[in-house]
This record gives sequence, structure tokens and C-alpha cells, in this order.
Amino acid sequence: MKLKTFALGGVHPEEHKLSANAPITLLPLPAQLIVPLGQNLGAPPKPLVKKGDEVKTGQLIARGEAFISANLHSPATGKVLKVDDAPDASGYRRPAVFIDVSGEDEWAEGINNTDELITRLDFSREEIINKVKEAGIVGLGGATFPTHVKLMLPPGKKADYLLINGVECEPYLTSDHRMMLEKAQEIMQGIRLMMIALDVKKAIIGVENNKPDAIAHLAAMALSHPGISVQALYVKYPQGGEKQLIKALVNREVPSGKLPIEVGCVVSNVGTAFAVYEAVTKNKPLIERVVTITGLELARPSNFMVRIGTPIAKLIEAAGGLPEGTGKIINGGPMMGKAMTNPEVPIIKGSSGILIMPGKLSSRKHPQPCIRCSKCTTVCPMGLEPFLLAKLSKLERYEDTEKEQIMDCIECGSCQYTCPSSLPLLDYLRLGKFRTGQMIRNRK
Amino acid sequence: MNEIIINALLLLGLLGGVMAVILFFVAQKFKVIEDPRIDQVDEALPKANCGGCGYPGCRNFAEVCVKSASERQSLEGLNCPVGGNAVMKQVAAILELEVADVEPQIAVVRCNGTHNNHPSRVSYEGASSCAFAHNLFGGEGGCQYSCLGLGDCVVSCDFDAIHMDAATGLPVVNDKCVACGACVKACPRNIIELRPKGKKDRRIFVSCVNKDKGGIAKKNCEVACIGCSKCFQVCPYDAITMADNLAYIDAEKCKLCRKCVEVCPTNSIHEINFPARKLKVETGDGAVAAEAAAARKAEKVVKEKPASTEPEKPSEPTA
Amino acid sequence: MSKLIISGSPHVHGDESVSKIMYTVVLALVPAMLVSVYFFGFDAIRVLTISVAACVFFEWAIQKYLIKGPLTIGDGSAVVAGVLLAFNVPANLPWWILVIGALVTIGVGKMSFGGLGRNPFNPALVGRVFMLISFPVQMTSWPIPKPLFAERLTDAITGPTALGILKEGIGAGKTIDQIMADPHMPAYIDRLVGNMNGSLGEMSAIALILGGIFMIIRKVIDWQLPVAIIATVYVFAGIFHLIDPQHYIDPAFHLFTGGLMLGAIYMATDMVSSPMSMKGKIIYGVGIGLLTIIIRLWGAYPEGISFAILIMNAFTPLINMTLKPRRFGKATS
Repeated sequence: MKLKTFALGGVHPEEHKLSANAPITLLPLPAQLIVPLGQNLGAPPKPLVKKGDEVKTGQLIARGEAFISANLHSPATGKVLKVDDAPDASGYRRPAVFIDVSGEDEWAEGINNTDELITRLDFSREEIINKVKEAGIVGLGGATFPTHVKLMLPPGKKADYLLINGVECEPYLTSDHRMMLEKAQEIMQGIRLMMIALDVKKAIIGVENNKPDAIAHLAAMALSHPGISVQALYVKYPQGGEKQLIKALVNREVPSGKLPIEVGCVVSNVGTAFAVYEAVTKNKPLIERVVTITGLELARPSNFMVRIGTPIAKLIEAAGGLPEGTGKIINGGPMMGKAMTNPEVPIIKGSSGILIMPGKLSSRKHPQPCIRCSKCTTVCPMGLEPFLLAKLSKLERYEDTEKEQIMDCIECGSCQYTCPSSLPLLDYLRLGKFRTGQMIRNRK
Repeated sequence: MNEIIINALLLLGLLGGVMAVILFFVAQKFKVIEDPRIDQVDEALPKANCGGCGYPGCRNFAEVCVKSASERQSLEGLNCPVGGNAVMKQVAAILELEVADVEPQIAVVRCNGTHNNHPSRVSYEGASSCAFAHNLFGGEGGCQYSCLGLGDCVVSCDFDAIHMDAATGLPVVNDKCVACGACVKACPRNIIELRPKGKKDRRIFVSCVNKDKGGIAKKNCEVACIGCSKCFQVCPYDAITMADNLAYIDAEKCKLCRKCVEVCPTNSIHEINFPARKLKVETGDGAVAAEAAAARKAEKVVKEKPASTEPEKPSEPTA
Repeated sequence: MSKLIISGSPHVHGDESVSKIMYTVVLALVPAMLVSVYFFGFDAIRVLTISVAACVFFEWAIQKYLIKGPLTIGDGSAVVAGVLLAFNVPANLPWWILVIGALVTIGVGKMSFGGLGRNPFNPALVGRVFMLISFPVQMTSWPIPKPLFAERLTDAITGPTALGILKEGIGAGKTIDQIMADPHMPAYIDRLVGNMNGSLGEMSAIALILGGIFMIIRKVIDWQLPVAIIATVYVFAGIFHLIDPQHYIDPAFHLFTGGLMLGAIYMATDMVSSPMSMKGKIIYGVGIGLLTIIIRLWGAYPEGISFAILIMNAFTPLINMTLKPRRFGKATS
């Protein structure tokens, strides 16, 4: 198969896919779950439960009322301890539902909790979208954009392709890889359901070439699914970025400030496809997900099927405990993940992996003066000039950052990764992007 | 030789003359008629161009003043915090108006989360910018309202009036402060507030902006306001309001009686520039405890004196 | 447990660093250094040592006593400036001129703008041009190469460079054929390996190209820039050669004489003073090529690449402002 990739920029960090051969295992339920309300992009859902309520596994506990919002379900059976603020991964306190787990799962009505493969496809468009909405599914790649909103195309727009992201370009992470190996049939069903909802004839699964087993497996599977094909891609970060993936797979460029549908594409993650399958055929809401727990000094890098709300400390425990001298616990991969202040925070819908970084690899190098080597410009997948944007942000010249298209930055970190002077380029880019965005919104 | 000099002089003189004539006509043609008082007012202003008045620069403020004087015959709402009452009187005199005295203000840092009071649990690395760190995480010590200590306020100050105290990790405001409000805007956590300087520079304020419940606040920081309302109850002048587990002292109503300072269980209410407190005559351990508490307070509070350490601006190579 | 560290992503860093880049450049210069030692023996070692030592010393001294800022001599940029400066002078240059040159290189060319990364002009070229204008006699009396293992062929100590012979010949109204018959004119093969008169490092085109390829592989420079310069020189000089072969020498002569290779591969590609975007680099390279040939054909100096690079350095900010990289999502045209 001919390999494809995107044209502009990109880097190739060391892959370190330590847990690639660890099968997905079920993590036992903890005694208490903390289920934050704001797990999706957009408005957080409104809680429906209060202190003392009994909840069943899969029961709706918060309803997403805004247009861009997602429902939330109880990940276990038990009693609501309280609805209160709990610190999230960044250390800010945000509202969450605390659930005391009573032990055995008692599933809410109508949920099929078996592993049987249901190949039914006779669902209508509306039915699929409604079920996805009910199940509170969000993009599981990390952006947590509510999936039902994505499936409802804006009026007048037509999708040509459904692109499935199996790239997993972040180093270390392997949750999508394991999904593709172990749940390929379900993923295929999920893709077909999404194709029906979007009314597209073609779906392409993009997988990077460092997962040959997954490519072979999916390609064999795709033979029996008309319209679905698998495309191997060169290993290059940030290929999993929506715009980069579209460029790599169908060679279309999403214009600045526009959504993928502008070029007739809808992009979804393999994990999301699996969740869509479960929601539509089994009425099962999104209450668990596959999470990679990995790190160079971790005893057992693994992939766990984890209930939402499980404290991250439990995962670390199951993977052999926090190694001595850990410097960072990262929620996500090393390129785009967020460093956490405290391992007691829960797994949420968007957590694709937990990375434990040893102390000696955690510290940043001391920044040196910019030598204008233009490596940041070369690697920027959006064709921006990170050195310039960082400088302008530092000088608070937000009119200029806007002109230099700072809003196009996808925050992939390639510039900072490659900078020989170890400058905190992305820090300033983020700040500039945030401030420029504020300025633009205020103008309206 | 002489000829050359004469020629040169003639030529240059002629050129100069022609230019002068052209310039004269151009100046006439494009003349902007401006109220001469704008120049006079501008002259009287401090020329700091700090924006403390709410306008982009001194010149602009002068224009606004003159406009206000001619349109509504008053300077109400216009104040140059840098120049203070003296300058505003001058401006008023130029515009033949009266102006009421405005109480001078000073920036006050409402966080006492020093390294000791609010020990850090994680360490931050990265761009030395409060604004960025604020977006990134809750804070090194766990209090999501606390000072981040990266000095955005120091960078924003045009008057060298605020510096970071390396020992405490908090910014310190000195007498050079003109209450322009730049640091107030720069602080992403809204910790800095402009408050009246007070009689004899004496001020009382709650040095905390934490809105968490008492238990959580106290766990993170020893000197946090825990919202116990003791000060609220003791205040004889209704100067204290309670909202979101946080006390706030209205400087307009506060009569500087210091009762609240005494009752605060976490020492989160600060008194500044007051003479040392006379110890109440008590017997036994109580007196010792009171003395210790007073000593602790004095230590914490008297720090707000002009620079003991050199002002340090966070430096970092340009990105 | 030690404290967890919080920082923005990315949490990993590539293994690039400023000093790594600088020492890669030094490594790339080693073949040319060896050639110069082969042809000039002890003199080459003397010039190189004095130049590097003086540059590093001045950088240290200025940072320590004048700027009183952090010391960054460890990053290797002073070493690169020193080697490049040495490469741009004749092997018999008196030591004191070299030291003055180093002072101008580091002091004026680099530190006066605020140190590494701030200088608008290539520091080594600032030093070189300063010496060329201030000490024209010493800077243009080129020792005749004396290969280490060869018998001394001639008693002459110094002689003109190939470009100098050409310039003089054209000035005297000779035709190219007559000039090429000059016994001092080096043969083609000598020009290629560097057995000719000239500055220390500019002689062996082969050694310089080898180092250049090494730098391209290590991604220290982009191949487009040197290629743009060389191609422009070749095409532009070639046009004139085609028009009048008796007054304009063939373009290959231009490529392998003087400091063209050194300039194109090592000086013009200086990261700090060259444009950032690929389009900008190509425009910059074409500009250098054109200016070089203009100076060589019609200027007062026989060699023009130093001036050409310095002039184009001045255009770098302008080029950076106008030529932006291709943004993602803009129509490909």
C-alpha cells in the first residue's frame, strides 16, 4: 500500500509505544467515583441527581441542554454522596457528582451489557443521532466535541467522506491501537452507523505505519464492509490533527477558521466509532473508555477499560504504583497532554492516556536566545511562524498576532519540541491565542 | 574660493527661502484649529501616558478634559491618579472650573499566600507569565485564587512601584504607586485592588480573595479568609460584607477601628502603618498568646514598607 | 515524593540545541581546515588558533565586563565566528590584525547588537570586511600554497588570487585567452582541490562542499539557499560569457574561485542573519548571487561575495516581513 502523509511541517518524536502489546483489561470499580460535569467541549450538562439519590449503572445523571453539550450517565451503581466542586487535573475546582459505589453493577433499563456482536444496520438517520445524543458520546480522541452535533451536518452542507482517526500520533499512547486490534468488528459497525447518519458513501480509516498489525487486521475486516477502506500513513506528528488527517487522506485543506465539513469531510476517532456502535445497538451510554497508562519507569504499562470517574491513582496502582522520582503525571500524550497537579483526579471522557514521566526527563531545558534558525517555521504543520507569534504575544501585540493567523495554531507543540534554544514558544502561543480570541470576541 | 562660498550661500539661502514659503502655505492650508487650552492642560499633566485615567494617553485625557469643560462645565469623573489633586486643581484652574478632591488611592495586594503560608505542592516550569500559568493550572499551592508570583504586575508597572519579594514570592507595592491601575488589569486573578490610601496611610483590608469554603481554603493556605463572618459581626460600621465565603471591607465605610483585625482567626485581615498595638493586660497564657499573635501580625504587616530588596523584573531571553 | 512539575505541553523535547548546531558547523568546517593546513602548514594552524582564541576571549570579556550578563561562550557561536573569520584571511596575516578583526567581529558584529541571535549582519564578515578596508595590503597579499609534502616550486612568497589576476587582466584590456595563459593562473583541477592562492578556507571547493553536505544531512542548513546562490552565479555569469567569451570568463571559473563556496555554504546560511521562510531564503540567495557577479565583473574589488552577503543581510528583515511561509488552508498556487 502506498503510504500517505500531510505536506507541511511535522516532527517525529521517539515513539515509546510501551504498552502496544498489552491487551485491554478491565479495571475493577473503585469505592468512590468522582464524575465531573464538564467533560465535554461546550456547556456542561445540568445535574439531575442530588445528595442521597440511588443511581444505577448507565442512568442519566446530568442532561446536556445547550446545543453543544453532552449527557452524563452514572458509571456505576451506588449512592450520590454529594454534588460539589472537585479539583480537576489542572487544580481548578469544578462541579462534579460524587458517587459511592455499592459494589455489583445494576444496569439501568434498556441497556444491553453483553459482548455479543450486533450487526443490525436498519436504523434511520434520526434514530442514530438521537441515540448518540442520549448516550452522551463525545469525541474520544481528546477534544471531547459532542458527537451528535458533529453528525448533524449544517444545512446545505454535504459530506463526501467520513475519516476515521486511528493515527494515534502521540508517542506512548496505545489505547486506539488496542481498540483497533481487539474491537475491529465493533468499530466497523460503528463506522457504518455513522455513515448512515451522515449519508456518506466512503469512509477511510487512517492508521500510521507503526501499527502494521492494526492495518492488516482492519484491512482484512474492511473487505466485508462496502465503502470502508484503510489507508496506511507515514509516521509523522501531528497527523492525528483533524486538518492534517484530512490533508493526508484526501488531500484537501480546510480553510483557515473553517470546519472540516467545508471540504466535505467529517473526522471521528476509532474509539468514538466503538462508542457509537454500543450506543446505537445496545443503548449503552458512554460510561467507560480505554485508557493507556504508561511511562518509561512504570512497572507494567497497560491498557485498561476504565469507568469514567475512576481516580487516576487507581490506574497507577494497577500498573505497578508510582515509580520513585516521578516528575510529571500527564493526562494525555507527551506532546499535547496536560501535566496534572494531583493524581487523585478522575478519568474523564477525554482521557486517552496517563503518562508517568521520570523526574530527569520532566524538567525543561534552560531557554537560550533565539538564533532565528527557523526550525519552528519549518516544522509548523499550519505554516505559521511560531517565533514571531511568540514574540508578538509577549509584546501583547494582539492585532498583529491576529494578522499572522495565530488562531490557526493547533497547539501541537512541534515548534517547542524542535526549538534548539528550548524556548517556551507554545506557552506564549497559547497565551497569545487566548488573548487574541478574547479580543476578537469582544469586537463582536 | 570666495565665489564658491558665495554661490553655496546663495543657493542654500534661496533653497531655504523657497522651502519656507512652501511650508508656510502648506501649514496654512492644512491648519488644524485646536483649542489652545488642550495644550495648556496637556502641559500640566504628568506625561506618564500610563492610562490610569482610562484614556490612552495624557494628550487624549487633556482633550477629553477640555471637551468635558466646554460641554458640561465640569470635570466630574475625570481624574489623573498620577498627578493627584494638585494636578487636577491646575487643570481645573486652566479650564476655569472647580474640582472636588479625590481621595488618593494605592494598589493593594490581597493575597498573603507566602511560601510559608501557602506551601507549594507542585512546581511550575515554563513561560514566566501569570496570564499563561493562570490558564494552565490552579496554582502551585492548591489555592486557585492565589498569587501566582510570576510578576505580570511588576512588568506592567511603569512607575517602579511594585516588585516581587523573593522571600515571600508575593509582589510588594511601595510609595511610588500612583494608582494607575495597570497592575490591577495585568493580574489574571484580580488580586490587586485600588483602595484609598487612608488617613496617615493607614489601611485595613482583607488580604485574601479565596472563595472556597473555609475548610478547603484553610487546608491550602494558613492565612486564607475562611468566611467565618466574625469580622462581619464585630464591625460597628457595617463596613464588611460577606459573599462567596469571603469578607470584603468597604474602605469608604471603614473607620479603621481595627476590631476586625483582632477577631480574625486566620490573620487574613491586615492593618498597615498603624502604631504597634498596646497589649491588653491579661493574665496567664492568654497574654502570651496575644503577644505572640501581635508579634506575628506586626511581622506580617510591617513588611509593606518600601523596597527592602532590589526590584527584580522577571527576565528571560526574548522568544 | 518529590514535587510534581507543571508545565504546558509539549513535555518532550527534541535533542536539538544551540551548541549542537554550532559544533556541527565546526565539524563541517574540519575538511576545509585540513586542506588549509595541508597547503599552508603551520601558518594555517597559527591563524586558526589566534582567531578562535581571540573571538572566544572577546566574547567572554565583553559579556563579563561590559554587558555583565550571563556567559554564553559555551554555546560555540564564538568558535564558529572565529573559524569563519580565520577562513576569510590570508595565511600570512600578522597576528595583531587578526586580533583587531576578532574584536570587530565579536564586539561590533555581534555584541553591540545584544549578542547571539540579535546581530543583523554576519559577524565574521563584518570583521573580514573591516580588515579588508582597513588593511588592504596585508589582506590581499596571498601566500603561495606550499603543500606539506611537496617540494617548494617557487621562491615567490606571495602572489595574486585567480580572481585578482582576472580583474587585473581585464583592467589592462587583455582577453580571457591571454589571461588564462598567465603562468600564475591555477589550473582547473587545482581550483577544485584548492591548490591556489587565496584566503585560508576558501580554497578547496571539494572540502567545502563535503562539509556543506554534512550540514544539510544534519539539517543545520537548507540546501535551497546555497544552491540558489551557486545557480544564480552560474546562470548570470554564463549569460555574459555567452555574449562575449573574450571579456567574460566562463561561469565555472566563478564557482570555484574566491570565496564563493565558502560564502554560499557557510556565511550566507548563517541562521541569525538569513531569512526565515524558504521563499525568503531563495530570494536572498538569488540576491547574493547577482550582487557577487556584479561586484566581480564591474566592481573595484576582485571578490564580491562578502559585500553581497552583507548587503543582503540588510534586506533580511524586509524579506522576513514580506515573504511568509505558505499557510495551511490557503489555496495552493
